[in-house]
Amino acid sequence: MASSTPASVPAEVIAAVTEPAGGGAGARRTRRLVAAGLGFVLAVAIVALAAPWISPQDPTRQSLRGRLAAPTLQGADGRAHVLGTDHLGRDVLSRVIWGARVSLLVGFAAVVVGGLIGATLGILAGYRGGWLDSAIMTLADAQLAFPFILLAIGIIAVLGPSFPTLILVIGLSGWMSYARVLRSQVLVLRSREFVDAIHALGGSAGRIVARHILPNVMSSLVVIATLELARSIVLEATLSFLGLGVQPPTPSWGGMVQEGREYLDSAWWISTYPGLVLMLTSLVVSRTGDWLRDLLDPTLRGE
Amino acid sequence: MRALVGFLGPRLFRALVALWLVSTVVFVVMRLSGDPVPLLVPPDAPRSEYERVAKDLGLDRPLPVQYAVFIGNVLRGDFGRSIHFRQPAWRVVMGYLPATAELALAAFGLALLVAVPVGLLSAVKRNSPIDHVTMGVALIGQSAPTFFLGILFILLFSLKANWFPTSGRGGWEHLVLPALTLGAFAMASIARLTRSAVLEVLRQDYVRTARAKGVPELAVVVKHTLKNAALPVVTITALQFGTLLGGAVVTETVFAWPGIGRLAIQSIYNRDYPVVQCTVFLSALVFIIVNFVVEVIYGFLDPRVRPR
Repeated sequence: MASSTPASVPAEVIAAVTEPAGGGAGARRTRRLVAAGLGFVLAVAIVALAAPWISPQDPTRQSLRGRLAAPTLQGADGRAHVLGTDHLGRDVLSRVIWGARVSLLVGFAAVVVGGLIGATLGILAGYRGGWLDSAIMTLADAQLAFPFILLAIGIIAVLGPSFPTLILVIGLSGWMSYARVLRSQVLVLRSREFVDAIHALGGSAGRIVARHILPNVMSSLVVIATLELARSIVLEATLSFLGLGVQPPTPSWGGMVQEGREYLDSAWWISTYPGLVLMLTSLVVSRTGDWLRDLLDPTLRGE
Repeated sequence: MRALVGFLGPRLFRALVALWLVSTVVFVVMRLSGDPVPLLVPPDAPRSEYERVAKDLGLDRPLPVQYAVFIGNVLRGDFGRSIHFRQPAWRVVMGYLPATAELALAAFGLALLVAVPVGLLSAVKRNSPIDHVTMGVALIGQSAPTFFLGILFILLFSLKANWFPTSGRGGWEHLVLPALTLGAFAMASIARLTRSAVLEVLRQDYVRTARAKGVPELAVVVKHTLKNAALPVVTITALQFGTLLGGAVVTETVFAWPGIGRLAIQSIYNRDYPVVQCTVFLSALVFIIVNFVVEVIYGFLDPRVRPR
């Protein structure tokens, strides 16, 4: 009766492998914080999607007369520039709004790439064990030992900066955390009786992984993906800052910080606003990941 | 003795494999990244000149041979001649290394100097306003992009306040902002870790016993807590040192600091393979050595991990 094999085993198993969160009284608060964090991400996503409609101006429209205008409601070109204009007279607010598209697009896509690779390798390593496990984990250690930004720069220099390259490189830079966590969870899960039972009943490895292991590691996957999203967004901005990410004139937060660098003394707003938005996004997303980890811990869920 | 070999052996092996993987990846990536010869010979140079340069660099040989030669040379510490500087890559990188070492040590020192007392204070004054503020700042420091922190520091502390120079290397005042930028992440992580490690120890029975005996609070913290909380802090701290090397690339670029991180970026743009290989290999080597040493020290300090 394979169908009655408990899909509900997981909770306690995960409890055993995830670190316990602080006292139970904070659970409701944590849930609210997670909701707020996800709300923030949703808001940024909506802004990114709606950029063509809500952005006050065309983000690439240049204006010689309106160059380097300080934040103003009535610029030299007769328009409002709430966050000022840059060295080409482009509206900083509009560029920040459009920049959200790049950040989220690259961030989410990179998380998917890294998650697919990392989860596959991690489950494979944990489930198969043996030399494959050693090989995958050695690879992960080696990559963790590597100042990855150098490799990223090298690869992008070869392939040329483009969205697919950027997504691939950032995704590849983050597979290790998925692999490590999932491996250790699968190791625990595999040794449980229910896995042996399914085996004995003729269940294939693929079925066991898909039906019984994957659902059990899902919550960890979500937590890591959230933390990885923050890291990916920052990495994309860093590469764009170094001139290796999104190329002008496409607005990206990192690229804007770079463009404003020369004018930092006279027109601080060009670099500062996109940078602050980036910093806030990174902070909120990574905190949401932390809160999610606290929340998805079943010792709290069971209250 | 056998226990020692059993303990060190696998760790040493893993370190060596990691090093080999790093050098192989570096080789592959750099060979993929295009032909350096056109950068060396004038565009109107005859074909023979082009081929001579390619031969000089060993680029005319089959890839597996190039790889074998490369690994053999790496083992002897020979990374070839820099295409851009026209001298041995190793010597070029060594010339830039002191600046990076200076920056990394300063960043690290600053991080420790600030983070440990702050973490300790936070733990002792748990849930006080001091605790909330410092941990809030630490969270921001942990998630802030390094490059933007650098820009922000330049804006606030050199352009507005005029306290420090904006870039370059010189006296100690040149060092402050880059060190703060590079050390911010480590500082935040160490502060948070110190806090949780101290809190963990304060919960222990022996601390309660000490308090019950009437030991003054200060002595409880210094004598009983600090020593026991030190182990995890030392481990993570040492590991942070390795990640500092990666951050150096960005920090050095922002502050025009003449170290190997900036050298690496410039060499990639120059397609100066030998120098890139050398910098990456050196960074990985330092990171792996630090990791290895930490693991070994940890193994000897913590009786639960100690080889028997």
